[in-house]
Order: sequence, then structure tokens, then C-alpha cells
Amino acid sequence: MTDAPAFDALTFENLGVAYRVKGQLRQVLDGVSLTVAKGEAYGLVGESGCGKSTAAFAALRYLPRNGLVNKGRILIDGQDIGQLSGPDLRKLRQFSVSMVYQDPGRALNPSLPIGAQVAEVFELAGVPRAEWPARVHDILAKVQISDPGLVMQRYPHQLSGGMQQRVAIAMAIASNPTLLVLDEPTTGLDATVEAEVLDLIQHLRRELSTAILFISHNLAVIARMCDRVGVLYAGRLVEEARTDQIFASPRHPYTAGLLRCLPQAGRSKDKAMLATIPGFLPSPGSKITGCIFAPRCGLADETCRSQDPAFTRVDGRASKCHYPDRIAEIEAKAEAPFMAAQQSGAAILEVEGLAKSFGKPSQRQRVLRDVDLSLRAGETLGLVGESGSGKTTLARCILGLLTPDEGSQLRFDGQSLAGTTAKRSRDQVKSIQIVFQNPDSALNRAHSVYRMLSRTVGLLVGLRGAARDARVKSLATSVRLTERHLSAVPRQLSGGLKQRVAIARAFASEPKVLICDEPTSALDVSVQAAILNLLAELQATKGVSYILISHDLGVVRYLSDRIAVMYLGQVLETGPAEAVFSGPHHPYTAALLSSAPSLSGPSEDRVRLTGTLPSTANLPAGCVFHTRCPRKIEGLCDRVAPSQIDLAPDHALACHLPPEQLSRSVQV
Amino acid sequence: MTDISARDHTWRDDLRRLFRSVTFDIGAVIVLFWVGCAIFGPSLVPHDPFADDLLNSLLPPSSDHWFGTDQLGRDVFSRVIVGARDILTVAPIATLLSTLLGTALGLTMGYFGGFIDEALSRLVDAVLALPTVIVALLALTALGTSTLTVLFVIAFSFAPIIARTVRSAVLTEVGLDYVAAAELRRENTFYILFVEILPNVLPPILVETTVRLGYAIFTVATLSFIGFGIQPPSPDWGLSISANYGMIGGGFWWTVLFDSLAIASLVVGINLVADGIESTLND
Amino acid sequence: MLIFAGGHLLPGNVGRAMLGPFADPTAVEVLNHKMGTDRPVLVQYADWIAGFLTGDLGESYAYRAPVAPFLLTALANSAKLAAVAFVLVVPLGIFGGVVAALYRGRAADRILSVAGLSATVVPEFVSGIVLILIFGVWLRWFPISATWKEDAGPFTQLYHLILPSIPLVLILFGYIARMARAGMIEALDADYTRTAVLKGLSYPQVIWRHVLRNALLPTISVIATQTVYLIGGLVVIEILFHYQGIGSLIYTAAKKKDFPMLQAGVMAIGALFALTTLLADLLYARLNPRIRYGGRE
Repeated sequence: MTDAPAFDALTFENLGVAYRVKGQLRQVLDGVSLTVAKGEAYGLVGESGCGKSTAAFAALRYLPRNGLVNKGRILIDGQDIGQLSGPDLRKLRQFSVSMVYQDPGRALNPSLPIGAQVAEVFELAGVPRAEWPARVHDILAKVQISDPGLVMQRYPHQLSGGMQQRVAIAMAIASNPTLLVLDEPTTGLDATVEAEVLDLIQHLRRELSTAILFISHNLAVIARMCDRVGVLYAGRLVEEARTDQIFASPRHPYTAGLLRCLPQAGRSKDKAMLATIPGFLPSPGSKITGCIFAPRCGLADETCRSQDPAFTRVDGRASKCHYPDRIAEIEAKAEAPFMAAQQSGAAILEVEGLAKSFGKPSQRQRVLRDVDLSLRAGETLGLVGESGSGKTTLARCILGLLTPDEGSQLRFDGQSLAGTTAKRSRDQVKSIQIVFQNPDSALNRAHSVYRMLSRTVGLLVGLRGAARDARVKSLATSVRLTERHLSAVPRQLSGGLKQRVAIARAFASEPKVLICDEPTSALDVSVQAAILNLLAELQATKGVSYILISHDLGVVRYLSDRIAVMYLGQVLETGPAEAVFSGPHHPYTAALLSSAPSLSGPSEDRVRLTGTLPSTANLPAGCVFHTRCPRKIEGLCDRVAPSQIDLAPDHALACHLPPEQLSRSVQV
Repeated sequence: MTDISARDHTWRDDLRRLFRSVTFDIGAVIVLFWVGCAIFGPSLVPHDPFADDLLNSLLPPSSDHWFGTDQLGRDVFSRVIVGARDILTVAPIATLLSTLLGTALGLTMGYFGGFIDEALSRLVDAVLALPTVIVALLALTALGTSTLTVLFVIAFSFAPIIARTVRSAVLTEVGLDYVAAAELRRENTFYILFVEILPNVLPPILVETTVRLGYAIFTVATLSFIGFGIQPPSPDWGLSISANYGMIGGGFWWTVLFDSLAIASLVVGINLVADGIESTLND
Repeated sequence: MLIFAGGHLLPGNVGRAMLGPFADPTAVEVLNHKMGTDRPVLVQYADWIAGFLTGDLGESYAYRAPVAPFLLTALANSAKLAAVAFVLVVPLGIFGGVVAALYRGRAADRILSVAGLSATVVPEFVSGIVLILIFGVWLRWFPISATWKEDAGPFTQLYHLILPSIPLVLILFGYIARMARAGMIEALDADYTRTAVLKGLSYPQVIWRHVLRNALLPTISVIATQTVYLIGGLVVIEILFHYQGIGSLIYTAAKKKDFPMLQAGVMAIGALFALTTLLADLLYARLNPRIRYGGRE
């Protein structure tokens, strides 16, 4: 910056941060230089382990005890924060920089009322005690909390996640800081709540002059929120540009790779496989000569492997690559999709009137009510809905891990299914299997991969000895695991490999129906792409049907043939994937679709939901969605439950609105 | 970089780190010393620990009798060394029994939950509502004093404590999907409990068992001291203190001090071992 | 109920036990009948529960006198001893735990943790003996018996109770400190503590306002459960220091097979435990907004 008094909000000058682990220094950030101008929103993206959060905490000089800045310096508002004394550092945190992070429920003190926690900020700012309540009231109103007086008296656990995050944001902006650091502020929140919180941040930006350092693993969120973006890879900044530039024409192969492996609108398993980034992230502290990305780069040559490229700036954008102009060359050799499996059209799994409730009669939690679904052989049924909509409970009922309520009907291949696995025939059990969300939970950490696979093959397929061994090996091969992996225990494997083991185990019994419960939500996007490709390939070769549960609409869209939208234990809409995405759709589907951030920037006509998800112990009368529906018909929706109407053959939804008044998506 | 991670640490690494822990080393040396005394003591001591010598009763420590002699003229040093024997038999067996029982109970409660858990939890709470010493007093009064009764009383009153530890560890495990995966391949309950879940809850069981061993020694010594534990003529420490502490006002400190220090060193030694194991496993 | 069953699992009959093996069989019969011990066990149990609820605890076999007055005196005496121990150990234990947590991983923490835990496993009579030897026999600072003269004032009583309470303090210190430390560390590592630091609060403000309250809540329930251990320790301490409390009452009753006395004593302890647990739960609920205000709306 040339104007002397106008310092940048934040400057990293050749920043290096290391952690001392078992007496050795592990370099987590290395030579990172960036500036965030006053009032600017700067996004920092990268996969897990790239050093994003370390950068965030370094900006507040709040590193873990074993962490230290061992290179360069950090300036906030022109002040080198490494040189600050204790009291000055506190002043900095009081007035110049604040932070909001993931999991707002834990960020607030559980034993103090909201009012007291927010008031502390004003106390530190020297506001007279008498003014605190009014100031707290104002700031809560500013973050669009509708009844600040009431919320001030509440304790954190009495608020929803979205409200908690609003409170956290209120505390962060109360002192009108120069810089606001947002570290994955919406990760873990439902899409509709995430959209609200992002809206709020956008809105506040217009009102305040605060600069933002926005850290996220989610490219779409960054695209929506930020002016400029920096991409971190293995602790180095590999590319930096304006948001529109970076997503339109990346100038680093890693950025390009990340963008290509996203399952975005328009990508589906029938058209092409997703691109992947081969190889693995180097572990922090490992010594690599040359470009750190070279081992995984399609462009890499001798120069790349021997010389570390400089972070070169051209026309206001920068890239740490020897060949930033050749990125287009590695355009995906868009691998042809697998031939779609034969979809016979016959229903293999039918769910009729399924209900599941928990708890004592007085406080009955009705988690599923009257669910009707059918799954055809060889197809993928995507199940979407916010958390608490009953998706996982439905999956567990189908598997027989939970016994549905009396009167529910489940049929597999025309035969009725008993409520528990124990009462089902072996054929039925082996035909319906699952890939769980989190491989760390799904794989027994005390058992080897071989043991897990062979036990399943032995019990469900009934193979013994050499036949079993052969089957285990072929299973491993089918998910691209090598024989070396068979003797490994889970902790020796990366997240992607663990999920492959879980998939192999699920396929061990040659199931006809496979439930995939958020199969990639614990994985980074580059790993996710490989897993989605694998699932598509296995479906094509084995003709299995999937029920895919995911909160990520991109993932659902990529794999699904049909989609069911769930809300509060009921299915509100079912239909072919394209029809559900393009509309006309149920108001809830419309809200869900419009709340998902996309790389193409913010959508203007977002459907906003108000209020929070009602409790399953006290379901709303009439249409379950009426309490939050923006298009509620007073006197009808809150009294009468709508019945299913068929918009087209195979596309049905439950809404009182006449079909011609239902909304359609602008972008298909 | 290979795809099988190099940071694979095995139980051998754990062991190596364990031996590097100073508290563990000190504790292990103390415990091994007393185990050695219990096994080889009788053939090594300078005097017969049971032989009365009324002419030489209550002698203060000297070069002949390093720790002096008691009321009956028996050599205190020899008795302290040999005194490790009974307590180091009863306490470990009782602990082992309580671990087996408590683990089975905890696995059952944690895995099945519901009514079974509720009922067993009540039982556990009932046993834990009374101090072990009181339970032991009741049982010993009712069943008569014998070493076997002591052993069972300790086993039964410690089992609920271990069961509680195991239960809470199992509850965490049961929430994990590998248990559901096992049910989905129709594993039998026995396999799920002992092959799937048990290996993952062994670390807390190991720590709890070591801690319990310390308390078993605590309890046996206490019971012996109040006359309900190990019976005469054993040179047991608690028993010896009980026989001699009445003369404490007369200045015959050597008849009780060495036995006291023996008990203290043994329980502290075991506690140090437990601490070492715990901090190694929690790293 | 278990306690009552315990008293009745006894081999042989009560009359025989009291009169000795050589007594006249008819005398035994008569005595058994007089005490009601020849009636069906369930009848006796119902009788006894009814009695317990109305304050009639039956008659001691050994003293041939009602149990209740003995029990009340003993409870009062034990309460004094326990009170001295608690007043010493609760602040010490909490302070020790807080200090250990604030200096986590450093020497102060290791010493406090290892020493505290070691102290909890040394039997009370062992530390009692050592204390008596040092402070009673060699230094002669404290009396070696806890029983005071009838007309002793409160300070003399307190003086007698100092030495006996120390073994109890040693036992409990480690537990309380350990819980306090664990609670502190959890609170120190919590995100809300980070929020407080990043607000710009000073270190003492962070500790006072945000850490301590959340950290010490769980410690309350621990202190309650520790009363059981304390009572277990009373038996030994009261014997060692010749003190007439509930512990020595139970011990004497057990020695003399005085079952009404034994039952009443043990029952009193059970009731005491239930009561302290209840009080601790109430206090915990009072201090914890999660319980006080229930879930979200």
C-alpha cells in the first residue's frame, strides 16, 4: 500500500509456523505471504491438513503451546503482533481483531446467560455498566436476532445452532474490529442454516468496514463470500487471485484439480467420471525438493522436481507454478462413464407406511411417519433433508438395525422383511448392506482389513479356506486395495483407503441394495471424487441399487437417478433427479436447493426459511412444514395435512399449492 | 510417501515408552522387590519369623535384629520380609476375580442396555453405596472369618467398580458403526462382545485393574488390622500392627513402623505402576 | 435389604451365639422367642423396617438396651470427626487440583498428582500409625487418643480431632484434587475458554469467570460420593484413636455379633450416603443451567 496511514488489515510476511511434536519441529505453514486490505473479504481454501486453521489462529497469536512462528511476521493494522506485550495483545484482541469458529455450541460458556457473555465485550471496551444491556440488545438485533431481550436471558444450550452462531458473531463484531477471522463458521450447520448465517455475514459486511479472513474447505462457500481467494496446499500458498478469476481460469494445477473433482451441477455418473488428484498430501515437515505438488501433478517435469517455483505475481494474481499458462493442458481426459446398469423398473425394495418412534408414550419422539418409498433394481435413490429429518433412522430401519413401529411394511424382492436382522433370512441380510458415514467408526480399530473382509465373506457367503481367501483378494482388488493393505489395521490407512475397506466389506456379500449414508462427508473433495467414481463403477458392474443419503446436493445429483426429499420424518417429494432439481418443486425442496452455495456465485432469489426445526415430540398439525414455509396458506396448511399429488408419472409431492404455482429452478 | 502410514505404533512401542516413564520404573522396582520377598523371603531371612524367643522380646533394632523384636521375641525384619506373602496372594487373586466379573458385567450392561442395564446398574449402585470395609465386616460377621471370605468379599465389592468403568467404555464403542456392521453380518453376541468390543476397551480395564490391585491390598491390610482379615500366626503386616499398636505409647516404635512402611511402599509402588500405564495409554 | 439379609445369613441361631455353646437348650429357646428370632425371616424384616422408620431400632443383644441412643451418640461423634476432615480437605483438594491444572505437565502438576494419588492408596491405619509415632510419641504435640474428657470445650475437642482427621484428609485429597484437575483441564481446553481469551479478557478474568465455574461443577458430585470412603475410613481411624463413633460402634457390634446394633449402624450409613448423594444432586442441578432450564424451546 502506498498511502502511508492506510495499513492493510492483515499482512502475512513470509510466514512460517511450526509445531513441536516429540522434540521435532513440523513445519505447518511455510513462506506464506498475503495481505487482506481494509474492508476486503479474503478466502483461504484448502483440504484438511493444509494449515488453514493454523493461519487463522496465528493471526490472533493464539497458537497451541507447542506451536511457534519461526519465520516471517504477521501485521495487523501495521502492527507486528509478534512484538506485542501481554496487555497490548489483549488490546489488539479487544479492539482490532476477533474470531468466529466452527461449532458455536461449544464456543459459548454453558453456565453464563447470553447477555452476560456479550456484555463482557462492552465491559472491556470501557462502556459504563449502565449502558451494557442496551448495547447488548442493539448488537443482538444487528445480527438479526428477533427477540434480543429474551435471548439475553437464555443460556447457550437453549438456542439452536444458527442462533448460537449469531451470538458468536455478535460478540465478534461488537467492538467493530479491523479484522474478523471466520474459521469454517458454517461447517456442521445445516444447509438452510448455513445459508442464513452466510447471508448475515454478507449483510454485516455492507454495514461495517471490517475486513474478513474467511477460512473454509468449501470452495462454493468461499466463492459466494469472498473478493479474493488464496489456495493453500501443504502449508504453502500455491495460488491467489480474484474470486471470479480463480474459479474461471485457475493458474495452479492443484486449484484446477480441486475444481475438476467437485461434483457440480451438470455432472452426473451417466455423463462422465469425476476427475481425481492422484497421490497423497505430503505429511507436514517432510522434506521435498522442487515443487511440493510435483508428485501429484500431471504437468510435472524435471524442472518441477528439482526447483521449487517462486510465488510469482502477474496482473494482480499469483501462482506458485513453473507453468501457470499450461494448466489448460491437463484438462481432464474426461473418462467415459461406465455403462449404466440395466434398470429393470421392477421395485426391489418397497417401504410402505413406515413409522418409527422413540421414548415413552408421554414424550413420544416420532422420528419417522408414514414413509412410502420404492427402490428399483440398479438405480440410485438420493435421500436429502436437513439433519433431524430422519434419513439415518430410515436407513437403520431398512437394514433391520432398528425395529420399525407396528404396522410398517418393508418388502424386499416381494418378500416381507422382518423388523430385525436376527429375524431375517440370511439371504435378506446379505442383500441389504450399508456403507457408513465415518470409516473410523465403521471399522473395528483392533482388527486387520483381512479379518474384517474374511469374517463377512465367511458368515454371509459361507465360504471357507482357500475360496474365502480368493474372494477376499478379489474384493480388495475391486476397490483398488492391494494385498499389502489386507494386513493393515485401520489406523495405518488414510481416510480414503479406510472408506474403500468399508465399501469392500459392504460388497462382500454381493448385496442387491446398498445404503450409502453420507459416504464421503468425512473426506476431502479430492478423495471424495475417487470414492464416488468407485461407487458408480461398482453399481454399473454389479447392478446394485443404492440409497444415497447426503447433505451435499452435488454428490446426490452426481450419483442419483431418483431423489426423495425428507422433512421431519416424512417424505415431502419424490421424483427423478432431474425433475426434482429443475422443478416444479415443493417449497421445502426449493429452499433446500437455493440454500446450497454454488461456484457460480450467489443466487439472487434465495428461498429463506424462518424459524427452527420443530421437535419430533411435538409435531406441527397439518402440513409438517407449515411452521417454516414461506408460502403457507393461512387456515389450510396449519390444519390439513396435504396429500401426495402426482406432477408427472413418478414425480409426486405433498403440498396444498396448485402445481402451476410451484417454483422452478432458474439454473438447471 | 507410501500409502500405509509409517506412524504405525504397536504395543511394542507402547511398552518402550512405558519403561521410559520414571514413575512406572520406580513403582515396578518396589513391587518386584516385594514380589521377590513373597516368593523367596522364607529361605532368605536371617531368623525364623515364627520362632518365639520370650527372653529377647521387644528388643530395639540392633545388628543382630535389624528391625528389633516383637512382644514374643520374634525378629521383626524377618517377619516384615515374609509378611508380604499372604497379602500378595489374596489381593491379586481377588483383583483378578473382580476384573473378570466386572468386565463381564460391564460388557453386558453396556451392550444390551435397556432393562438389563437398568437392573444391573441398581445392583451396582447398591453395592457401591456402602464402603468396602463395612460390606466386608457384614459378610465376615455373617459367614465367619476366613481368608477365602476376604478374597470373595473384595472380589464382589470391587467388581461393580470395574463394571462401571467397563460399561462406560463399552457404551462409547456400542455407538460406533463397527458394532452395527457386525450385527449386519449376523455375528453372534458372544463374538461381538469379546472379539469386536473387548479388545477396544482393554486399555481402561488394564488401568482400572492396576488401580484396584492397590485398593485390594489396602483393603486386605485394613481388614487384617481390625482382625477380620488374614489370621494369626501369619506375619502379615496389618496383623502385626494390630497386635503391637497398643504398645505404641510405650515407645516400642519398631514393632509397628516397619510394617507400616512396608504396606505404604507396596501400595504406593502399585499406584506408581498404574499411573505409568495410564499416562502411556492416554498419550 | 441387603443389610438385613446379611444379618440373617448367619449360621446357627442368635440365642445360641449369645449364650454360648454350653447353654441349656431351653434357655436358648426362650431367649430366641423373647427376641423374636424364631419367627419367619420375612416377618422379622417387616417388623424391623417398620421400627426403623418410626425410630425404634430394636434392642442391642450385647447391651440389652435400646440401640437408638448408642447410635445417635456415635453418629454425633463421627460427624465431628468427619466435619474436621471435610473442612480441611475440600478447600485443599480443590486448590491442589486447580493449581495442578494451571501448571499442567510441569513439575508442580506431576508432584501434586503423583503424591495425591499415592496418598489415597495408603490405608488410614498406616498413615495413622506413622502420624501417632511422629506427632504423638516423639514430638508429643498431639494426644494419641481422640477421646476427650467429659467437660472438654470445643477447642479441646478440636485439638483431639486434628491428628485423627489427617489420615482421612490424606485419603480424600487425591480424589478431590484429581477430579478438580480433570474438570479444570476440560474447561481450560474448551472452546468457550478460547472465546474468552480471544475477547481480550485477562488471564485471571478468564479463569474466574469462565473456567472455574464450569470446572468445579462435576467435583461436587465426587465430593458427595467420597463420603462413603470417609465412613469406611472412620472404622479404622476410630479404632486406632479409641474414639466412640459410628465406625467403632459397627466394629464392636460385628465383633460381638450384636446384630440389631450392626444392622442399625449399617443402615444409618446407607441412609447417610443416600442423603448426601441426593443433596449433591440437588446442588449440582441448582448450579447447572442445563438442568435448571431444560432443553431449548
